[in-house]
Amino acid sequence: MSEPASALGGAVSEGFARVEEMPPRGMIALRGDLGSGAVKAAVKDALSLDLPGTWRATDAGEAAVCWMAPDELLLMSSYAQAPEIARKLGHFLAGEHHLVADMSDARSLFRVTGLDAREALAKLTPADLSPGAFTPGTFRRTRLAQVPAAIWMRDDTVFEVLCFRSAARYMFDLLTEAAARGGEVGFWPD
Amino acid sequence: MLILHCPYCGVDADETELAPGGEAHLVRRGPEASEDAFHDYLFVRENPRGVHFERWRHAAGCGKWFHAARCTVTMEVFGTYPAQVTEPPADLLAAISAKRPGWRWRDFT
Ligand SMILES: [Zn+2]
Repeated sequence: MSEPASALGGAVSEGFARVEEMPPRGMIALRGDLGSGAVKAAVKDALSLDLPGTWRATDAGEAAVCWMAPDELLLMSSYAQAPEIARKLGHFLAGEHHLVADMSDARSLFRVTGLDAREALAKLTPADLSPGAFTPGTFRRTRLAQVPAAIWMRDDTVFEVLCFRSAARYMFDLLTEAAARGGEVGFWPD
Repeated sequence: MLILHCPYCGVDADETELAPGGEAHLVRRGPEASEDAFHDYLFVRENPRGVHFERWRHAAGCGKWFHAARCTVTMEVFGTYPAQVTEPPADLLAAISAKRPGWRWRDFT
């Protein structure tokens, strides 16, 4: 069996914030009526997590449920577990109008850490990253410079960024540049 | 620079997060239509000085299509509303009339 490999082999850069490409993670797209009991129950059955509110994520350990759209969730797990979780979801939702797809190889994942990680990201996106608007647990699809991306605030100093795998090098270089020493902004006090 | 409120995810989205979708509320003319009607459906568009209705997509966001009403002169946004309608909501039309008395756009007033 082949080993999953991330696009950049776990590249790391150290600036005023640290940028790190994360190892492959299980990612499952789930589309359907998020207001229906069936989707809620299927997610609970698969990951033991509740559905997140708009532009939020719920998580426990490696598992997470991220709000992508009014009719779409992104479920996360370990890379190895994703095919089985997708199979279970499909089984659970049989007869319901839905779509389940294991998308684990579609995207790249980065972690941006540091007291000023928020400021590095705010340089790149039109999304409101101010501390009052973007809080831990926020998961927001937006644009980082020229490419679509999602920003997930894990806690006060840890953000994760998702983008399509084909844009991995661009994203890593972009985040590295935004977090380079000498480029501190100091707009939001720590 | 426009900022449009996405009626699906609630974000006040910067124009750079959006993709333009052209004129709103086009009525499709199919094979049964006359050549003139089909020509107009394909090619003839409003180019107003003032109130205008457009389609936009929250492309780098929740991905949904929606409608927006704005003024092409001042860039004032009168409102946004969901895609699954064939005409603007009545309260939006009233709000536009309060601000631009006598306005007309295609058959909407
Ligand atoms: Zn939206």
